[in-house]
Amino acid sequence: MQTLRIGAGAAWWGDRIEPARLNAEAGDLDYLCFETMAEATASAAQVRRRRDPEFAGFDTYLDDRMQAVLPGCLARGTRIVSNQGWINPQGAAERTVYWLRQLGHRGIRVAAVSGSLITDRVLGLADRILENGEPVASLHSQLVSAEAYLGAEPIVEALRAGAQIVMTSRVADPSLFLAPMMFEFGWDPLDHLLLGRGNGIGHLMECGAQVTGGYFADPGFKEVPDPWNLAFPIAEVQSDGSAVITKINGTGGLVDLRTVKEQLLYEVHDPGNYITPDVIVDFLGTQLRQEGPDRVHVSGISGKPRTATLKVSMGCTEGFVGEDMFFYAGPGALRRAQLAREILLQRFRIVGLKAEDLRIDFLGYNAIHGAISPAEPEPYEVAVRVVARTRTREEALKVGREVDAMAVSGVGMTGKRVPHQDRTREVIGIWSTLVPREEVKPIVTYLES
Amino acid sequence: MQIPLRHAAHVRSGDKGNTSNISVIAYSPALYPLIKEQLTAERFRAFYEGTVKGRVERFEVDGLQALNFVAQEALGGGVSRSLCLDNYGKALSAAILGFLLEVPAHLRGELVGLQPPV
Repeated sequence: MQTLRIGAGAAWWGDRIEPARLNAEAGDLDYLCFETMAEATASAAQVRRRRDPEFAGFDTYLDDRMQAVLPGCLARGTRIVSNQGWINPQGAAERTVYWLRQLGHRGIRVAAVSGSLITDRVLGLADRILENGEPVASLHSQLVSAEAYLGAEPIVEALRAGAQIVMTSRVADPSLFLAPMMFEFGWDPLDHLLLGRGNGIGHLMECGAQVTGGYFADPGFKEVPDPWNLAFPIAEVQSDGSAVITKINGTGGLVDLRTVKEQLLYEVHDPGNYITPDVIVDFLGTQLRQEGPDRVHVSGISGKPRTATLKVSMGCTEGFVGEDMFFYAGPGALRRAQLAREILLQRFRIVGLKAEDLRIDFLGYNAIHGAISPAEPEPYEVAVRVVARTRTREEALKVGREVDAMAVSGVGMTGKRVPHQDRTREVIGIWSTLVPREEVKPIVTYLES
Repeated sequence: MQIPLRHAAHVRSGDKGNTSNISVIAYSPALYPLIKEQLTAERFRAFYEGTVKGRVERFEVDGLQALNFVAQEALGGGVSRSLCLDNYGKALSAAILGFLLEVPAHLRGELVGLQPPV
């Protein structure tokens, strides 16, 4: 294969679906790759499944996404790699087979990649929590999910076995894009130079429209054409791991040196040592060249041998959050908001709110940037946002109850929302640790439509 | 002349746990050395005092005219448990656009988004 065309189909669970359909229909793609898992996705799915045994445990938009892209992908012969399997990749594969049959396609091979879930083993395998150095064992009573980040290899295995569609559980985001390159170009899993390049390209692709102008516009400084009509990116990859990042002609957004540089450093700490399950990527030598409108050539990325460990994300129940807000506007708005804050702090004392963390922010003034927000100028409108983290839902409910009371037992000219019921949510805190690579054994299973 | 960084660089934040990374990317190669010299990790840390509570480390990617600031204890205990409305600190990068940069007059033409001189 000379040039491999890989398109992005999603950058997260809530992403738009139309650009995925467009990539499937008009992208002339060899592969379409979907990234739908955030850090807490699997844990949230576990919690939901406990409460609702009917919950399937895979991407709740799987039906919409597959209906949108399968016709285009099957017409072109585009293979799909997706982490929509969440905590039930087998279920996601079965559901995909259902849609294939609905569309009249028989004999299509669908693979499920599992084995990332190690909830029942992590306490015995891992030593310390990366963030705070505490023993992993200290989490035993709160742990709801632990998933190791798998690399590209089980996906390559599935592709080699003829899978047209691969549904995975937790896989490192760039690995979803690296796998097709390894398979099509026959890259050795230990060739850290090629894998570094390929994974670097995967990193540029994994956040979808973030590289095509979807997270870029700043009027007066960075203009983006037709931002309502953004496309998801396409990588044209060569067998040496260099690539062009581009998008479908006639769509909105843009691909230029600025969008690619921003995405290259997105969620990266040390650019010389970006650790993934497959390889350590070294971005320091990256060379970018605008070779045409919306076409950026990427080369010079490098790699170092992979680590002996895999990262594990652990979700823990950490209580509840209660949250609500009310409003002030016009001259004196900020002073009234400050008085409301004092009243609430006193009332929380009176009702004995047991909060592990409490914030009363003035939205429009200091809610987003906190301590560094300038005192001047005074805002014309302020929303008072009250939020507390507590052990129990009963405690969290106290936040909304005291905000309700501000309607008539508070400050003059207080604006409020219609009281709404769901003002609490469960908190799933995420911690990380490392486990020996050989302790995690990916499993690939196959279905046929 | 002193101008806000906004005219010389663009920025983006990313999150991992309680750590935020904020990249600062020069609009042109001529502006990069100024930013690299003036926007040190210490000044960055001081700029975010009170909001960033931990250590700040600066990585340089000279080939891309970019600096990457990695700020510990910046996200209220971590994305998953933060009580900040912007849990991910996605908007956190925008603050540094107000950092004042000393730019020699002959580089004025490199700056972005300035009103024409009156």
